[in-house]
Amino acid sequence: MRALDLKLLRDLWQMRGMAFAISLVMIGGISTFVMSRVTYESLKVTQQHYYAEQRFAEVFGRLVRAPESVAEQLRELPGVNQVETRVVASVNLEVEGFADPITGRINSLPDVGQPLLNVPFLRAGRLPEPRADSEVAISEDFAAAHGLRPGDRIVAVIRGHRTRLDIVGIALSPEFMYAIPPGALFPDYERYGILWMNRKALATAYDMDGAFNDVSFSLQRGASQQHLVDRVDQVLARYGGLGAYGREDQFSHRFITEEMRGLETMATVFPVIFLGVAAFLLNVVISRLVATEREQIGTLKAFGYSTAQVAFHYIKLVLAIVAAGLLAGLGLGLWFAQGLSSVYQVFYSFPYLHFHFDPVILLQAATVTVIAALAGTAVAVRRAAALPPAEGMRPEPPPVYRATLLERMGLHRRLAEPSRMIVRHVARQPVKSGLTMLGIAAAFGILMMTNFQRDAIDWMLGVQYGLSSREDLTVVFTDPTPRRAIYSLQAIEGVGHAEGFRSVPARLVHGHRSYRSSVSGIEPGGELHRVLDTKLRTVPIPAEGVVLTDHLAEKILHIHPGQLLTIEVLEGSRRVFEVPVVGTTREYLGVNAYMSREALNRLMREGPAISGVRLAVDKELQPQVFRSLREMPRVAGTIIRDTAIEQFDEMMEQTILYFSFITALLGGFIAFGVVYNSARIALSERSRELASLRVLGFTQGEVGYILLGEIALLTLAAVPLGFAFGVGLSAYLAVAFSSDLYRIAVIVEPATYATAATIVLVSFLITAALIWRKLSRLDLVEVLKTRE
Amino acid sequence: MGEVDVVALRGVDLELYRGEFVVLLGPSGSGKSTLLNILGGLDTATAGHVLYSGTDLTAANERELTAFRRDHVGFVFQFYNLIPSLTARENVAAVTEIATRPMKPEAALELVGMGKRLDHFPAQLSGGEQQRVAIARAIAKNPAVLLCDEPTGALDSATGIVVLEALERANRDLGTTTVVITHNMVVAEMADRVIRLADGQIASSERNAERKAPKELHW
Repeated sequence: MRALDLKLLRDLWQMRGMAFAISLVMIGGISTFVMSRVTYESLKVTQQHYYAEQRFAEVFGRLVRAPESVAEQLRELPGVNQVETRVVASVNLEVEGFADPITGRINSLPDVGQPLLNVPFLRAGRLPEPRADSEVAISEDFAAAHGLRPGDRIVAVIRGHRTRLDIVGIALSPEFMYAIPPGALFPDYERYGILWMNRKALATAYDMDGAFNDVSFSLQRGASQQHLVDRVDQVLARYGGLGAYGREDQFSHRFITEEMRGLETMATVFPVIFLGVAAFLLNVVISRLVATEREQIGTLKAFGYSTAQVAFHYIKLVLAIVAAGLLAGLGLGLWFAQGLSSVYQVFYSFPYLHFHFDPVILLQAATVTVIAALAGTAVAVRRAAALPPAEGMRPEPPPVYRATLLERMGLHRRLAEPSRMIVRHVARQPVKSGLTMLGIAAAFGILMMTNFQRDAIDWMLGVQYGLSSREDLTVVFTDPTPRRAIYSLQAIEGVGHAEGFRSVPARLVHGHRSYRSSVSGIEPGGELHRVLDTKLRTVPIPAEGVVLTDHLAEKILHIHPGQLLTIEVLEGSRRVFEVPVVGTTREYLGVNAYMSREALNRLMREGPAISGVRLAVDKELQPQVFRSLREMPRVAGTIIRDTAIEQFDEMMEQTILYFSFITALLGGFIAFGVVYNSARIALSERSRELASLRVLGFTQGEVGYILLGEIALLTLAAVPLGFAFGVGLSAYLAVAFSSDLYRIAVIVEPATYATAATIVLVSFLITAALIWRKLSRLDLVEVLKTRE
Repeated sequence: MGEVDVVALRGVDLELYRGEFVVLLGPSGSGKSTLLNILGGLDTATAGHVLYSGTDLTAANERELTAFRRDHVGFVFQFYNLIPSLTARENVAAVTEIATRPMKPEAALELVGMGKRLDHFPAQLSGGEQQRVAIARAIAKNPAVLLCDEPTGALDSATGIVVLEALERANRDLGTTTVVITHNMVVAEMADRVIRLADGQIASSERNAERKAPKELHW
């Protein structure tokens, strides 16, 4: 090995603490990058594979009822590759030993042969045999929630008929990766099940013999999806078409796509912060190293080492640190990716996971890291390389200190000498001090991410369920029902207040922008469902006009209050009407268009019809209420508020816990990396000065105060900056993650600030302990002998 | 500070001959170090010419000066300037690795009497030993010129003499042109020629009738 490389290795060993701290920060950047990218790629590959294997459809359509012969007509449409008609039925289910009402969706399977599209993935058992009318396959999540296995039985109430069904298989489908009951906001695996049964049996029970109410398409290569959607709508219009839509509007697919978009944001934001901090730390450490090795550099150059050789020597040192960070970051990132992919696999009900690591990701990580590291150290390396040899031989001139502004303002009278040394040292290097503060602030930001999601979700749930949707139960009817049905519900013992609502599926159009959703007709002045503005005040629902969720108005339709919104109804006689937008509302989950129920009924040219009822229910009497509801044939589903929240909370908990673990770990890396390096550099710069003070009779404590006081000062000064940075980062992520499915509120609880501050404080204490040990070993005689 | 130009050397006219042992004497601030730096290609003169074997060093660029130092010059500094993270042998090797016709590091160290302490780090060596390693490092590349800036300045007289012996031996055995700058008059007695500098000018240049051996010197 060449002598200079030996020097490099020994230099590295000498500065191992600092190199390790920098590597840690790099590990943070590289691991989040690798984790996000690999998880993204793995999910992408798994998703593609899963979609292809199960022949997930590309265009979907729902309708009231069409004769099977219409399928022929649909098959003829340009761009269609395959068509599959189905019967899809909403049912009530009963599982032995479970009292709450369960709703479900039964999808028909062709009587003969495999489905052409949306093939269920069999986890266990088999699909129903031809002509086995009582056999069903059930979704895995539902089966798991109730411990159901092939061989078990459940009861389905289809159109009021109770039917015993034999479970023969457990299945999954790309259609129901994130299965949400109609009218609900979250999956509820205990109370909502997906079933598959033979078409003949289902059609007979559901009055759909020789007809269908659901159709899926796959496209020919290169065919326009939007074009097909339009044509399907035309064909199905006279059969009660509810509007066809492409795969990107398919709910499960949408949700996963959004989540994956979030991963891409993570793959950018976090590495940028980490690598920025790492570049700064490298800059500080290499600058210091170059300063201490001035003479060595001068000597090497005197003996004929060229500028390039000297530069390369220090670049190699930087690359060695980068390599360590890169390898460890890759390892940690892959480990995180495995964990995170499994969390997602469970969350989104993927039947399997193709863990996929593309070496290009490593190449990207390496390129970005090396560029960041070299950019950070370019100035220091240049200074080393360009040092004229004769100048290198001369000792560096003593640093210039000035009385700081604070002192000139007269503060000095209050500061003892050691404190004055701290203030002057900080003020002498304003850029470095500032960047150190920024580095600590970055740690705060990352650490605040740990709890920000938690806070935001708690708050959103609080708003959604504490202030806006305050009903205990929501009953959804199979069809629009006369408003007087409210009275029969109110008659049930245990039901207190009841409010009906009308929900009409519709396409909302403004100019060239449109959004498929529904219009909710609610009772003005209702107690159970209230529409809120940004300040959480109740927005009155006007007698005329529509109130839109702010995200829908501003981000999707670009419409302002006062402008006219076109509503294309997707059911019944498919009316089209225009209504003025009269206001906006702040909602975090989903987007909605609200009208007064009466106004909506009027526009629909119908009597006082409702689609469902929200109920306040006496908790004690809830089981009786359920029992009564089960007897009502028009009730398509019942959504129980509390269980919905619990389920959602439980599900988010797993994902968030994983993120919290990662961000806390990596935020700690940054905090420690910055604080430790600052302290070590200060020690290196000032060991002579501090040793002199010790010789003059200062105690180790007094000397430690001068050194650690500086870091403490910078850390404290970084606190407000860090909090601001944390809130800024939260706000950025909230914007980056926001979609029509959900928006994240920028809510940071005091506990979140406290946690971040605690972790930074712990980093400071660990550093202080390590520095204290070094101070106790300060060799007074040796330090004074070295020439400066 | 630094607004006034300080002229270190003025009108210096000097020739050095192959194999010569020259001592440059002069008090602090007389321009000794500046002269040595210019001779060694560490610095360039603002005016005038430095010719080395017919090549004008004042016209040389950074790359050519580096090549000149690499191939032709060895330096010995007052504070040794060893690389603390390298052993004696490795310190010498750092230079021989880039030289065109070097001797073995071990041989160079043997020549200065350090053959038994090859694997010691600078911190494990005394000042005199460190300076001898520095001399070994300077002569290991077989330089044509050896430039020594106060090589005994940080050493006591007994140790200084050991170091001077090493220099003398290199000059005698290898025929290296050796320039030693010092403010120690006694050292002048071992030179072929003594040049005195004062206020940036050459005050005198005298040839010694005979060179004294270093061990005959006392101070």
